[in-house]
Amino acid sequence: MLIKTKKEIPASEITAPEVFKIRRTLLKSGLAALSLGNGLIPAIAEAIEKPTPANADKLQPTPLKFIQNYTNYYEFSYNKEDTTHLAQKLTIDPWSVEISGAVEKPGIYHLEDLLQQNPLQERVYRFRCVEAWAMVIPWLGFPLADLLKRVKPTSKARFVEFTSVLKPEVMPNANTKSMLVWPYQEALRIDEAMHPLTLLATGMYGESLAKQNGAPLRLVVPWKYGFKSIKAIVKIHLSENQPISSWTHAAPDEYGFYANVNPDVSHPRWSQRSERVLASGFFTPRKQTELFNGYAEQVASLYANMDLKRYF
Amino acid sequence: MMLLGLTPLFWLFINIALERLGANPIQAIHFYLGDWTLRFLCLSLAIGPLIKITDWKWILSYRRMIGLFTCLYGSLHVLNYLWVDHALVWRSIWLDIIESPYIIMGLIAYLIIFAMGITSTKSWQKRLGRNWKRLHRCIYLASITAVIHYFWHLKGNLAEPLLYALIISMLLGFRIMLWWRTKQIRRRGELAIEETTRA
Repeated sequence: MLIKTKKEIPASEITAPEVFKIRRTLLKSGLAALSLGNGLIPAIAEAIEKPTPANADKLQPTPLKFIQNYTNYYEFSYNKEDTTHLAQKLTIDPWSVEISGAVEKPGIYHLEDLLQQNPLQERVYRFRCVEAWAMVIPWLGFPLADLLKRVKPTSKARFVEFTSVLKPEVMPNANTKSMLVWPYQEALRIDEAMHPLTLLATGMYGESLAKQNGAPLRLVVPWKYGFKSIKAIVKIHLSENQPISSWTHAAPDEYGFYANVNPDVSHPRWSQRSERVLASGFFTPRKQTELFNGYAEQVASLYANMDLKRYF
Repeated sequence: MMLLGLTPLFWLFINIALERLGANPIQAIHFYLGDWTLRFLCLSLAIGPLIKITDWKWILSYRRMIGLFTCLYGSLHVLNYLWVDHALVWRSIWLDIIESPYIIMGLIAYLIIFAMGITSTKSWQKRLGRNWKRLHRCIYLASITAVIHYFWHLKGNLAEPLLYALIISMLLGFRIMLWWRTKQIRRRGELAIEETTRA
């Protein structure tokens, strides 16, 4: 699938060029290192043959060390760097995803099977956090739509709800109720979930996802604020009614259901006009935030006739 | 004392030089400078109560320097925001400020601290007379807006700003308590005088 973006980020505005690993070589050499079992290899082998999306070569990815050491994973820690080592305690093998609700084929799906059925593709996406920082990430994954089509949503499926793994024995904040109610939950409207840009990611930079980045399976919705892109998914539930996601539950005036990147809709306490692109260097201006994080051309039609200030 | 106050700044330069500030160094510098501004602010507010409790009058001579360090770290915090982060793109800065209540709170605190820094000399003290004391009492307001500034920029985890809020409310609370007590003593005194005159 070819996904073109009209507005590309000029190279000068992004991350300082670092060792951008040659993906194809890595994809091949990385195969042996993947810890997800033999089932994964055919899926990845297939992915290698897939053409890279057109925008992939123009966006300059953020160095991997920054992506892996700057994560919001509140179950482990409120500190973006402490999560790096704390998340290593999570066991991700074996892994399965329970798919339930308004689908013809509900059930518990093993990750290996999902990966075998869905060839991996590389997608280089911008990633914009609600905290006004941004990255460019070369994801490895497959469209969520591919999986949903296979389980056959019924006519009652209007929303897709995702649930993160919750392991209180390794997650220090799982027992605190001061901020979010666990497990972490997020949701999309069915048309957002079926959109070709929406990805279930298993890797980045040609390798498996690091645990702190949401291994082994996470959502990526590039036109929404990062908190929508839920990590370590164990449940996917299709429902008729709009679910309440974790951040909306915690602060409904601050974090809405849609959470589309939009410079015209400020957070109640801070502006969303501009963003700091990580690794862009001192004394370089911030990037002006774009509507739908620069993916307006592909996704704006999903929200035609909707008041984006009201449905934020 | 001077060296002690500059130590955090030297440490910051070492960390910048060694690239030890992580994935978002501009933000790390920003938080670091903000933290030290608040710490010096708390320290300067603690001098008064400390003298009242311990009678160590000699520490009063350090209050101005601690205040000036508050102003220094606050100025660097602001400069980092304007120059290192926003690269002096004024349109972007203006939009950011007017749409961000937490920045407005910080700005109120900084303007007060800046005005106090400028007028901290003896000559300014003479020139302003009674108003000098009035101006410098605004530090109580600055400490409150500074803590709100800290609270409002966070998404959720409030442990650290809560600690500063606790310290500052204790330091301000001590003053309120003192003011209340002197008021009561004065009233009692007035009552006593009234009674003796009546007798």
